Parts: sequence; structure tokens; C-alpha cells
Amino acid sequence: MSTAGDQSRAVRPRRVRSLSERRPVSLIVVGCSLGGLQALQVILKGLPAGFQIPIAVAQHRHPKSSEVLAQHLQRSSTLEISDAEDLQPIESGHIYLAPANYHLVVDRGSLRLSVDDAVQYSRPSIDVLFDSAADSYRQRAVGVVLTGANTDGANGARRIREHGGLILVQDPKEAEAPVMPEAAIAATTPSAVLTLVQITEYLTDRLEYEI
Amino acid sequence: MMKTMDKLEEDVEAIEVALLTEGIQRRYGFDFRDYSYPSLKRRIMKRVVAEQLPSVSALQDKVLRDSACMERLLLDLSINVTSMFRDPAFHVALREKLIPSLRTYPFIRIWHAGCSTGEEVYSMAILLHEEGLYDRCRIYATDINESVLEKARGGVFPLSAMQENTSNYLAAGGNSVFSSYYTANYDNAIFAPWLRENVVFAQHNLVTDAPFNHFNIIVCRNVLIYFNRELQERVLKLFCGSLEIFGYLGLGKKESLKYMSIAPSFEVVDEPERLYRRVAA
Repeated sequence: MSTAGDQSRAVRPRRVRSLSERRPVSLIVVGCSLGGLQALQVILKGLPAGFQIPIAVAQHRHPKSSEVLAQHLQRSSTLEISDAEDLQPIESGHIYLAPANYHLVVDRGSLRLSVDDAVQYSRPSIDVLFDSAADSYRQRAVGVVLTGANTDGANGARRIREHGGLILVQDPKEAEAPVMPEAAIAATTPSAVLTLVQITEYLTDRLEYEI
Repeated sequence: MMKTMDKLEEDVEAIEVALLTEGIQRRYGFDFRDYSYPSLKRRIMKRVVAEQLPSVSALQDKVLRDSACMERLLLDLSINVTSMFRDPAFHVALREKLIPSLRTYPFIRIWHAGCSTGEEVYSMAILLHEEGLYDRCRIYATDINESVLEKARGGVFPLSAMQENTSNYLAAGGNSVFSSYYTANYDNAIFAPWLRENVVFAQHNLVTDAPFNHFNIIVCRNVLIYFNRELQERVLKLFCGSLEIFGYLGLGKKESLKYMSIAPSFEVVDEPERLYRRVAA
């Protein structure tokens, strides 16, 4: 998106992949911090209306921030976006945000919250979310690390890779704050380093929802 | 072949956690078997690192033979983060939606389950005092963990937290001067002893202990989120059975009855602030 080269790649005709070429995935987890709101909006706008794979997002936010974040993001998407509640079942076509001042974790089909200590000064913590996705979904988890000014998410990204899942990292050159994607790239071998537009394409074209 | 080996490898941690909680239950009687796995695992791993051990199995070996190690693990597993007037809007809802009907009660019994170090108990005492109801209240504040109760009984909290507490107090509808409830002493804020005159701090284990009274209000905030669904259902049943008809239940900001089978026994008083009222068995 930021360079001419990226642009040309973004408009390249997309090959329609048959179902057998797609990877079965149960959950996408996304982590972002500084600049994350704008990045999330780009991805959400690019996802088609019928996008099935549920998405859980840990975006660093002020401990007292209200649910306007979900309302704000909702304008970019027809998928249902809400703050996560404890024991809420994870459903197809939904996007769940870690609530302010809570860690969000997943536990085999359900969302769970905790008020445990901040990890890397963050609650919600991306590491905590990714770690739980690795435990619960293994090779059926996809982690996406976006822009951010700290290294939260790097350990979690490594855990997802170790358990056979996919990690997509936003190209640090494109990211508003490159520290977070760079840390993820340093901590593990990402499955791909992509622009936001390419990440959206990857999620749409190469994955298939399977509970 | 490689793939199958990996899969076996991955399951080991979950097996180790299950064996550890089983061992603790049999050796010490504390039952963490139905705690929420992701949070339980994180807390156990923290203790593994702190004890400089290589694995959860090594921690199990140590915990079963060394009760001091069990004490430390118990602290890790049972301490819940708390602060005064946590979620001010909850306390506003208490003032606006509960207090008016409580005024008609001659005596009010309150159970604060999982009170941790007591900050929210003192908050409740202050709120009731300002509403002129504290003299006819008795607050039973319980926790699984004796050492946090010891702290709660002392009523001494870090002075550094008072700025945040004061702003929460004001946002919670406080109508006096917050600093009048404590005296500052070096780095500590010592809360006035009269605030706990009508408070009984006692050890109680929600997982294994029986109900012990009937209450007009039960407050249990950010405790259930550490339990799995089955245990939440069990504890909510315990609460329901411990509430008078039309008694109130207050949960944490992100805990809801709506995914629970006990929901029909309650009516919603304030869904965003998680205030419910028992209407049936």
C-alpha cells in the first residue's frame, strides 16, 4: 500500500483457489497496538460479507476505554463486531475484541477473560491471546501481527508456529509502528510477511473455515 | 511420523496440568481441577519459572512434598486483582438501583465472595455509610486464601493507589471526601477501623464449601471468570440457594448470567453492570 511495488501486487488478478487448496482454520487471532485501529479498518473493509472464520483481536487500549471501539470498527464491516464476554461461544462470522483491562483467551470454542497481571505492561496482552489459540487450536490457528510500538505478540507468534499454526506479519515497512512486526519476525519464522491488503487477500483466498 | 510425535508432545502440558491439580486436590484438598484452563496454565507456568523448574511435572513433584511450595502456588492460583471502587459504574448502579429498595429492610446481609485483599469490601462499606445504611448491614467477606484475608483485615493499602482510588470514588458517586476514610502513614493508607466494624472476614472455598447463610446481596466479581463452565454453574447454584427471594447478585463487568442455565431464576436489574435479582428457585 505504501509503495508502487506493493500497489501493483495488490491489484494483480487473484487466482481462485479450489477448496482442496485451502487450509482448514478454526480461528484467526490478531494483535496490534499503536496504529492498530487504522490497520484493522483496512483489513475489515477488505473481508467479504460472508467471511466465516471467527476473529479474536487483542488491540492495546486504555484501561478505561468503553465499547465505542467496537462501534467504531463496526462501520468498516458487515461482520458482527463486539467486545468479548466471558464464556461467550465463538461463532462463525463474528469478530471479538478483547475488552479494556481484561486479557482475552480462547478455550476450545469459548471466549474466556481474565484480570491477571499485565504481560509486557499490557492487558489485554497479545501474547496471552496467541498462547491460548496455540493451545486450543494448534495447526488450525492463524495469528496476524500488525503495527505496534512494543514487542507484545512475539512470544505468542512463536508459540503458534511451534504448534503448527500460521503466522502472518504486517510488512514493517508499511506498519505505522514497525517494532511489533519486527519483533515477531525476529522471534519466529512467519508464514508470510505481507501488506495489509495482501493479508486480507490471504485470509479470504487461502483459508477455509472448519470448526 | 514426525507429525504424530509432535502431536503427542503438545498434549503433554495439558496432561501435566491435570495431574498436578489432581495431586493438589488429593494431598491438600484445594480443588483447582475445574478452573479455566488457559488462565490456570499461565499461573502454573509462572510458578514453574519462579521455582526454576524445568516442567509442570517437576513442580508437581515439589508441591506434593513441600507444603511451603504449595503455599506459594496457592497464592499464585488464588490472588485476584482488585482495587477500590473498581468499575465505578457498577457502584453507581448499586446506589441508584439497589439502595432505594434496601432502605425498607430492617437488616441487610451481604456476602462478598472472593474478596481478595478487601479493597472492594471497604468500598462497599463506604458506599453503605454514605447512603446511611451501614449500621444495619453485615458484610461477610470471604476468600479461599487466608493470607489475603489477613491483609483485608488490616485495611492498609498502598498510598500510591489513592489517587486512582479517589478518582474511582468520585466517578462511583462518592459524596464525601475520600481522604477522610483513611490516614496516611509513610507509604500506606490506613483505613478507619469503623469501616470494618460490621464486616466478618472468613475463609470460604466456593468450590468445596457449603453455603453458610441467607443473604440479601451477594457480590462476586471477577472470580467466576477463572472457573470452567461446569464450576460456574455450580457456584451460581450455590449463590442462588444462598440468596433470599428478591435478593441481589452482582457479578464482574464481563461476567453474564446469559450463558448460564441458572439464568431463568434471576431477573435482570442492570445488564451492563451485571446486577441481577433472584425471582425463583
